[in-house]
Amino acid sequence: MSGMVEKRGIGTWLTHMSLIAGIAAICFPIYLAFVASTVTQQEIARPPMPLLPGPHFLENYGTALSQGINSPVWLMLMNSSVMALGIAIGKIAISILSAYAIVYFRFPFRMVFFWLIFLTLMLPVEVRIVPTYEVAAGFGMLNSYSGLILPLIASATATFLFRQFFLTVPDELIEAARVDGAGPIRFFVDILLPMSRTNIAALFVILFIYGWNQYLWPLLITTKPEMNTIVMGIKQMFPSGDDVAEWPVIMATALMAMLPPVAVVVFMQGLFVKGLVDTEK
Amino acid sequence: MAQIAFSNLRKSYGKTEVIHGVDTHIEDGELIVIVGPSGCGKSTLLRMVAGLETVTSGEIRIDDRVVNKLEPRERDIAMVFQNYALYPHMSVFDNMAYGLKIAKVPQAEIRERVAVAAKMLELEPFLERKPRQLSGGQRQRVAMGRAIVRKPAVFLFDEPLSNLDAKLRVQMRVEIKTLQRRLGVTSLYVTHDQVEAMTLADRIIVMNGGVAEQIGTPLAVYEKPATTFVGGFIGSPPMNFLSVERLQGSGLAASFGEAAPALAKTVGVRPEHLSFCGEGQAAWSGELVIVEALGAETLAHVRLDDGEVIIVRLDGGRTAPVGESRVHVTCEADKLHFFGADEKRID
Repeated sequence: MSGMVEKRGIGTWLTHMSLIAGIAAICFPIYLAFVASTVTQQEIARPPMPLLPGPHFLENYGTALSQGINSPVWLMLMNSSVMALGIAIGKIAISILSAYAIVYFRFPFRMVFFWLIFLTLMLPVEVRIVPTYEVAAGFGMLNSYSGLILPLIASATATFLFRQFFLTVPDELIEAARVDGAGPIRFFVDILLPMSRTNIAALFVILFIYGWNQYLWPLLITTKPEMNTIVMGIKQMFPSGDDVAEWPVIMATALMAMLPPVAVVVFMQGLFVKGLVDTEK
Repeated sequence: MAQIAFSNLRKSYGKTEVIHGVDTHIEDGELIVIVGPSGCGKSTLLRMVAGLETVTSGEIRIDDRVVNKLEPRERDIAMVFQNYALYPHMSVFDNMAYGLKIAKVPQAEIRERVAVAAKMLELEPFLERKPRQLSGGQRQRVAMGRAIVRKPAVFLFDEPLSNLDAKLRVQMRVEIKTLQRRLGVTSLYVTHDQVEAMTLADRIIVMNGGVAEQIGTPLAVYEKPATTFVGGFIGSPPMNFLSVERLQGSGLAASFGEAAPALAKTVGVRPEHLSFCGEGQAAWSGELVIVEALGAETLAHVRLDDGEVIIVRLDGGRTAPVGESRVHVTCEADKLHFFGADEKRID
């Protein structure tokens, strides 16, 4: 690999400088948020804003976790985790099964179903939000985990992705499995599922973050503070009217809200790369 | 161990018939090679036996049991695929054991059977590896091991050697033959390589355009090809074909002309039965185009006066009359094959 594009002297410096500048530009606001979460409200309000972390780290994070402003942050983090996990796992389970049906079974109107699923790609949550709310409310799913998860659980994108992957699995493999005596379910569980693990890992990362970042839907479907998710919760921490904003607590909450998606990316990336290296069709 | 019988076996895709009625009976323990050019229906025929393709009409029997409607697993067969079709995420052991696991064979017996097959195929050091960590020849062996451990009544091979390099192919060919002899399992083997067919087969089925043109032992097929297609397909370099009129016009009309049956249209002659001679005895004359010295044999391409090119095969030691631009070719009358207008053999 080395020496493909070899730069010396000024070229190397230039490359590194621009990379460092880019990273600094992205990291500085996050650093500032961290600083803000370790000082007191008064220190933030009085310009200039401090650029070095203060001594109130434990105090601010403790307040956020146990009390928050409307509801404790640990509760909102848990709600968000349940929702994001539910959406990610549910989407993967449903879409891998529907892709399996569409690719491997000949049933009437197979392509019609495929195109129907495909069409829903053009209808994001925001477009269908009013009828979806109506249906969810009709089922009594307001202020519940099922209400947070189920309406978002079908995924055309993931179905399409799995379909494309299944189409690349050689027919001989299916035939070998048939000769070996594997029925449709065994073939799916023993062969297709393990072969899809790279795709599943990649999708899990994307879908978990998608679920975690949901804002509009939880805002509509939850009215009780104990069902709030973290992303909408941050917004609701902002003061209304003459209230004083508890900026250190809000910043601590914002930083904690970032941690689970970061953890998922960091953890799954290892699996993801391993999967890429391991798999061969 | 089983006998297989096809009776008037046909296959159509929509309105297109691709196999036009094959009849044959395969004895217990025989190794039958189905050979033919691509698109001749040989793989389709094999896949029908495997149960991977439906039978349009006719019957397939394995040991007097009609298997037309049975699932592959109910047919007591094992198949080796062209691209090996190993499960990429399973170890060699798991690949070989998978069929037994599904059949709910006890763990201890699975381990024993895999061990026996691995020993037979010299795969013991690789049992824990994944297929991608193996060479082509080793993968091929795993694919065969997967077939062997099942102890099926019939082995089906679908061009199993076509992805290997030439040297390995020869080696694996011998191994397959030895293994099949040792296990005595009735086998169907599909290939487009006529050398593979000749060396492996107890009997050959030569297929062309969905028809079994000839079924017989390799030598019978070689020595008495039933059609011009078989004559041209089996044997390398292929049989030379010339019109009978040309023979009758030759200097040796007296001896050859009478050998030709009345309805004969084409005469075929193997390159090794031709030899160079003086002008006086010449059956054909022409111009020496190219000489390929292959060591053990030498192939001389001769363009006859009417433009057709025939190949003369000489022993490696003997050189073609290089330098002479005009050469004369003859052959013994009993080495000629005659074919009618329908391209069928006339004896």
